[in-house]
Amino acid sequence: MFRFIVRRLLQLIPTLFGLSLLLFIWLRRLPGGPETAILGERGTPEMRAAIRRNMGLDEPILVQYGRFVRRLIRLDLGTSTATKRPVTTEFLERFPGTVELTMMALVLAIGIGIPLGYLAARRRGRLLDHLSVGGSLIGICIPVFFLAYVFKAIFSENLGWFPSSGRQDPTMDATRITNFFFLDGLLTREWDAAADALWHLVLPGLTLASIPLAIIVRITRASVLEVLNEDFVRTAEAKGLTESTVRRRHVLRNAMLPVVTSIGLQTGLLLSGAVLTETVFGFTGIGAFVAEAISQRDYPVLMGFILIIAVVYVLVNLLVDLSYSLIDPRVRVR
Amino acid sequence: MRASRPKVAIAAVAVAALAVAGCAESDRDGSSGDSKKKDTLVFGVAGDPKVLDPSFASDGESLRVARQVFETLVRPEEGGTKVTPGLAESWTPDAAGTTWTFKLRSGVKFHDGTEFNAEAVCKNFDRWYNAKGLMQSPDVTAYWQDVMGGFAKNESTDLPPSLFKSCTAKDATTVDLAFTRVSSKIPAALMLPSFSMHSPKALEQYDASNVGGTAEDIKYPSYATEHPTGTGPFKFKSWDVANKTLTIERNDDYHGTKARLKTLIFKTISDENARKQALRSGDIQGYDLVGPADVEPLKKEGFNVLTRPAFNVLYLAINQSGNPKLADLKVRQAIAHALNRQALVDSKLPPGAKVALNFMPDTVEGWNGDVTKYEYDVEKAKKLLAEAGATNLKLKFHYPTEVTRPYMPNPKDIFELLSADLKAAGIQVEAIPLKWSPDYLNATTSGSKHDLHFLGWTGDYGDAYNFIGTFFDRKKDEWGFTNKALFDQFKDADSTADPAARVEKYKALNKAVMDFLPGVPVSHSPPAIVFGKDVTGIKASPLTDERYASAEFKS
Amino acid sequence: MTITTGKKKQKIDRLSELAAREDERGVSLWQEAFRRLRRNPAAIVGTVILAIFVLVAVVGPFLVPYSPTDTIGIRDGLIKPGVIPGIDGDHWLGYDHQGRDEFSRLIVGARQTLLVGVVSTLIGLAVGALIGGVAGAAAGLGGRWGRWIDSILMRFIDMMLALPSLLLAVSIAALLGASLTTVMIAVGVVSVPVFARLLRGSMISQANSDYVLAATSLGVKKPKIALSHVVPNSLAPVIVQATLTLATAIIEAAALSFLGLGNPDTSVPEWGVMLADAQQYIDIRPGLAVYPAVAIIITALGFTLLGEAMREALDPKLRK
Repeated sequence: MFRFIVRRLLQLIPTLFGLSLLLFIWLRRLPGGPETAILGERGTPEMRAAIRRNMGLDEPILVQYGRFVRRLIRLDLGTSTATKRPVTTEFLERFPGTVELTMMALVLAIGIGIPLGYLAARRRGRLLDHLSVGGSLIGICIPVFFLAYVFKAIFSENLGWFPSSGRQDPTMDATRITNFFFLDGLLTREWDAAADALWHLVLPGLTLASIPLAIIVRITRASVLEVLNEDFVRTAEAKGLTESTVRRRHVLRNAMLPVVTSIGLQTGLLLSGAVLTETVFGFTGIGAFVAEAISQRDYPVLMGFILIIAVVYVLVNLLVDLSYSLIDPRVRVR
Repeated sequence: MRASRPKVAIAAVAVAALAVAGCAESDRDGSSGDSKKKDTLVFGVAGDPKVLDPSFASDGESLRVARQVFETLVRPEEGGTKVTPGLAESWTPDAAGTTWTFKLRSGVKFHDGTEFNAEAVCKNFDRWYNAKGLMQSPDVTAYWQDVMGGFAKNESTDLPPSLFKSCTAKDATTVDLAFTRVSSKIPAALMLPSFSMHSPKALEQYDASNVGGTAEDIKYPSYATEHPTGTGPFKFKSWDVANKTLTIERNDDYHGTKARLKTLIFKTISDENARKQALRSGDIQGYDLVGPADVEPLKKEGFNVLTRPAFNVLYLAINQSGNPKLADLKVRQAIAHALNRQALVDSKLPPGAKVALNFMPDTVEGWNGDVTKYEYDVEKAKKLLAEAGATNLKLKFHYPTEVTRPYMPNPKDIFELLSADLKAAGIQVEAIPLKWSPDYLNATTSGSKHDLHFLGWTGDYGDAYNFIGTFFDRKKDEWGFTNKALFDQFKDADSTADPAARVEKYKALNKAVMDFLPGVPVSHSPPAIVFGKDVTGIKASPLTDERYASAEFKS
Repeated sequence: MTITTGKKKQKIDRLSELAAREDERGVSLWQEAFRRLRRNPAAIVGTVILAIFVLVAVVGPFLVPYSPTDTIGIRDGLIKPGVIPGIDGDHWLGYDHQGRDEFSRLIVGARQTLLVGVVSTLIGLAVGALIGGVAGAAAGLGGRWGRWIDSILMRFIDMMLALPSLLLAVSIAALLGASLTTVMIAVGVVSVPVFARLLRGSMISQANSDYVLAATSLGVKKPKIALSHVVPNSLAPVIVQATLTLATAIIEAAALSFLGLGNPDTSVPEWGVMLADAQQYIDIRPGLAVYPAVAIIITALGFTLLGEAMREALDPKLRK
């Protein structure tokens, strides 16, 4: 087990090196540089050339990469060309938002998906079953940005139930500690700030949850159906156990294995799937920021964020792999 | 225990969901925030400010904040472009027109309590003039370089000599600004927010001129990000960069009429539709850059939609270094005749928009109604093309995506209509959409690969040179032509000291430009800004210099 | 770097294993699958949707009442800021924001949407098959070099799976500039890793399968084994995956249009672009957004239904 973890962490180093080199060259190939983004329509060619010189963008690419690596070793990711703030600061202030959003989406996907999938299986062939199977199909086929737009038009613009953008009402003037706004609200006992932060998560959370929700409903349904056909369920029923006991002890417990596995996998997918959702909801997480950074040619932010995201992937991935062996004793980590 | 784990999980989720709903529900019902909200205005803006020291800013959003926190020596009249007293009560040039004497308002204090006086004015000008190192970078002091050219000691040969010469404090309320030559920009340019007066004490305390960092990452001093200190009706409070909100508070010691709002929050929502949704859902109580299609619906719903006078121009640029045929005047004339500008204005631009006759709006002195007008005439266009031997013309037409500008509310729609017009006249069009920043600006203002594109300009101050001079006073890649006679004519007009004579020269210039036809001026459109149903007091400004201090909530 | 991809991988790998199975009863895989498919209502619904879609895409443009690019409404002065006339007798779905006939645009748009979907899937398939094929062959050859090549290619594929696909597409579009080709490449590249894994997986499982072993030991030449066994057997899962990919390709292309990176050639309408454009006018004419959105959803649904039904039909585990 320990050796497995160490080996996986060691593998991280060459992967990061390869990724960063590829990324570095790829980004520098994009036409236009940060100088045009900075100057806007008032820039002259002379001004642009001066900025490129200042930023060292006219040097050979490998020289630039070497400088990047030397700084990276000192854990210095540089400064954003767009916001002129350290990349690490940007990350620490934005990553918590994405985590909150991801957690919300997971809670919604699990909280709605498992009961719905279970009920659909129990009532196979009836209306609820058809509705949830049909609904989950449409959930996969609907463009996310359109879904977001419909949610906003109905629940925010017309009914006024939910805010349409951002992470928190700016008039709250809430205290920030960890930048997890909900957590900060709890820590400082600003209950209304915590509730407001949660409230801001509902619509983007639902949007982001649409695809994993559909997948969880389908997996739960299929898995419960499979278990219901197993001999041991029939045996249990024949033994005369009450239906609720059979359901609790046998059906749910056995049917949950594939569902839990898929939830673990969905978590990573959500972290990266947040780009579009965050953009549409003006949600200030890392997804929207990275998308913005591409259009601003904000090289330091892109390099830094993608590398950090890659590390996070590998770590979450490792945790999921480890958790398999806990959930299912048949899986052994080697 | 183990058997019931999934059920426990489900139950926990359900409880959590209920709790969420419950919390938020009670929050909504209580609506305890209402009394607090009535002196707090949240205003939706399209982009983040870049920096809080306007000396280093050229983007509209930084300047919007600066205009509330800082004041300038002269300022535009509220809702207009005329030069009126700001921190200076009066100003007069000497006989040569190169030294200007400003009489300052007395009894004005900066937010940190420092006295505003002639010495403070000179400290500010000396700071800009003596810029060193990275502070001479064009992305740091863009407006200084635009107006004044260079610095005391230019560190780059790209920089022209400085227009500014010296500042002398004659007594506490009298200050002399000396310039190296006569320029039409003075005094109007001094109302740009980039010439705002800063507290000398705060400048020193927060190391305001130390634009540092290494060559490849410019770091602004803390003055420019955390401690802007001016004399304006609002004081800076906080800027949450990651969450895109900037908060300013009422300055209770303001020397003029005090702000009615206690707190003003600028919140960035880049998408136009999202801003509209946020206004309707009550997240914000106003926003800028309203889409033309939204003006009427929002008015009907009772929102206060304000229309700014059109102080801008949208033009179709023709690059004479692009397709060789474009150097032929007849081809350019054909393009102008092919465009149905009236239909574009009627269908796509906000009410009050006009077809442009000059490359500057008619509210600026020097505008000339007596120029060659190119009416919509497809047959004439075809004839001109045939005469020029350009019947099989195929042009690369660039248009920007993901952007709205005050002069250009919906670029893609405008492109589609213009290119349909060109096609009707027999000109083939290759569409090249590019992301506004940086791709589009890069492609259209440098190099020579573009044939046609559209761009525009919102005036910085009420002066003809700020429009046509910016476009045509030297060779630019955007237009791709060299016309020495025209360039000399501009130089002559700019250095004419007598205002009346200068206006005549600008009129002649407008005529010359429209005959030479480097591009086609398309329209002047009045950009709209909207406020909540119960927000009053704000006057729309052609220079986007809205004064939020006069905003209040109707009770 | 497998976390995002785990689910995808499982599905893909499962699919490639299936291909390695020769039906034990001697009935051909294809016949059996087709028999099962005909009995599946989802497959029938999916097929009908797709048949209509393809029909509209092929013949629709010849039958539309108006040119999809003629700005009739602007010429007639019907379009004003905030005003878009709705349905009238001649214009069944009214005008769009540029005064063009919405119905004609919707019909003609089907062709472009189909084109983008099919070509981008083919791009993904071709590149993916190449990478997967090389990796699979290298792994099959074995030896240190074979394993090394295979492992490098697969690490590369894993890296692609781990990057948010939308970011990949956005940066490709930024690099190449917006064009129809860019949209197709950007959408296609996203599905490269899927096809690469699929092909590599089925090649490896087939190389190890009993019938290939048997054929080899009977002295059948390798190229003949490849042509008569390996290729036909890997075709089935590829077709299934391609059908499913078509659905995501259409949605993905719409997302690119939404981000302003869609096809710039406005002379050919496309549903994704129509939907993105219409959002600005949703107050005035919500239909302009609803029609293309429904069209996209139904088409994607058609591909998904058929693809899933095909997968089920091929899965022997379900053949009870």
